[in-house]
Amino acid sequence: MRRYSMFAVAREAARFHAGWERAWRSPEPKKRYDVIVVGAGGHGLATAYYLGKVHGITNVAVIEKGWLGGGNTGRNTTIIRSNYLQDPSAAIYDKALKLYEDLSQDLNYNVMFSPRGLLMLAQSEHEIRGYKRTVYANNLQGVETRWIEPAEVKDLVPILNIEGPRYPVLGALLQERGGTARHDAVAWGYARGCSNMGMDIIQQCEVTGVRTEGGRVVGVDTTKGAIDCGKLAIVVAGHSSVLAEMAGFRLPIESMALQAWVSEPIKPTIDVVVMANLVHGYMSQSDKGELVIGGGTDGFNNYTQRGSWHHVEETTRALVETFPIISRLKMLRQWGGIVDMTGDRSPIISKTPVENIFVDCGWGTGGFKAIPGSGWAMAELVAKGEPGPLAADFGLNRFREGRFIDESVAAGVAH
Amino acid sequence: MLTLQCPYCGARVEETELAPGGEAHLKRFGPGSSDADFESYMFARKNPKGVHFERWRHAYGCGKWFLAARCTATLEVFGTYPAQTTEPPADLIAKIKEKRPTWEGYK
Repeated sequence: MRRYSMFAVAREAARFHAGWERAWRSPEPKKRYDVIVVGAGGHGLATAYYLGKVHGITNVAVIEKGWLGGGNTGRNTTIIRSNYLQDPSAAIYDKALKLYEDLSQDLNYNVMFSPRGLLMLAQSEHEIRGYKRTVYANNLQGVETRWIEPAEVKDLVPILNIEGPRYPVLGALLQERGGTARHDAVAWGYARGCSNMGMDIIQQCEVTGVRTEGGRVVGVDTTKGAIDCGKLAIVVAGHSSVLAEMAGFRLPIESMALQAWVSEPIKPTIDVVVMANLVHGYMSQSDKGELVIGGGTDGFNNYTQRGSWHHVEETTRALVETFPIISRLKMLRQWGGIVDMTGDRSPIISKTPVENIFVDCGWGTGGFKAIPGSGWAMAELVAKGEPGPLAADFGLNRFREGRFIDESVAAGVAH
Repeated sequence: MLTLQCPYCGARVEETELAPGGEAHLKRFGPGSSDADFESYMFARKNPKGVHFERWRHAYGCGKWFLAARCTATLEVFGTYPAQTTEPPADLIAKIKEKRPTWEGYK
């Protein structure tokens, strides 16, 4: 693989850009791999990448039923933050944020990480107390966040209507290291890194069955034939329950639609990420100038990758009240993804009832920000067979033992 | 937009008038049951891609809970029925089998 650099750009400029090579190979599957990762989204690719980079396991295939990064990795609002209340969450999300900070250098691929700052608006007395508590918890966890007063909020986001009328802004939690990244580039960068280590990324290859012998995984059946494996990592977000069913166990997960949409592109208007959790909408501006907007999930099980109209209406209504100047903007496009929701709104990185099958799922509505940390923790679990410190609290056993990592109560919303 | 017929008041209503209630026909386990049984009742879900039996409440109507059979892959609604039952009615199952010949049936 040729490295990307200024010199490479100059060299290619001199020869009409005829020398760029494909960023990753598209091989046919081999008969057997040490590890098969199902799902070539951000989490699956990051898992494979750190398996190779940190643990030296490179006989790995990442198989994907659609196209690379075409699921939730390509369908989110690209927000990155680590201001979680509970210690295990803060640890893994902050690991992810730290990896994001130099991911472009690590991958030699520009993921356009932009730590532009992230605000969570407090619009009720309850939220003031909740976010102050989160700030104190974050400071104990080593995650830098601070509480700011309404005047500073207005200073950071002049287009914000802080006076209400229904929900005045009473302050905000600010995480200056939070921000956004280019979602596709994260998947593409990891894919290039994996391919470069000799791993096979096999797209258009759907898993149709999981083969086990004596309670232990031996391979998978796919639309490109049977492939044997030593270990199987299921990292498929919304379809986790479908894969688990093939392997013969059930997960504490329900799949639901989550939507996002963008406005027509406008001039630079807002240079931080703003989350208004009371009215349940969040907004940032993309590099192309579109305002990127997201809201809450639908309430019912759904695999269709399209959501309900009334959620678009409710979230837009809330944000128009919060940012009055956006009321005349046209909506450019809207899309939906299928998120895997757990009861405590925390992920699962775990061994399963079948030996050598591991799952990394349940990231729900907050998976993009976690990609590097999730991959890091999952790779450790797959390589060693036991969870490391980052994943230890996120096991499936927490449901039986009642040790929830309750971020749904902490955040007040799905997030 | 999802439209369901409330089996009590007969009205065909869209989803903003309804509150979703998750998987139907869960077998309840309470105090004294084993940890595994309680976990499966409380947390484990079928979450199928296909035919799903689920609970809904006609929240902004008659206020009653009812059950529905719906395909999660297409959003097709096969039918709704009152909640006072432990399993889906036989005629509804027959209707689903007709529409989805490869469906393995209610289990």
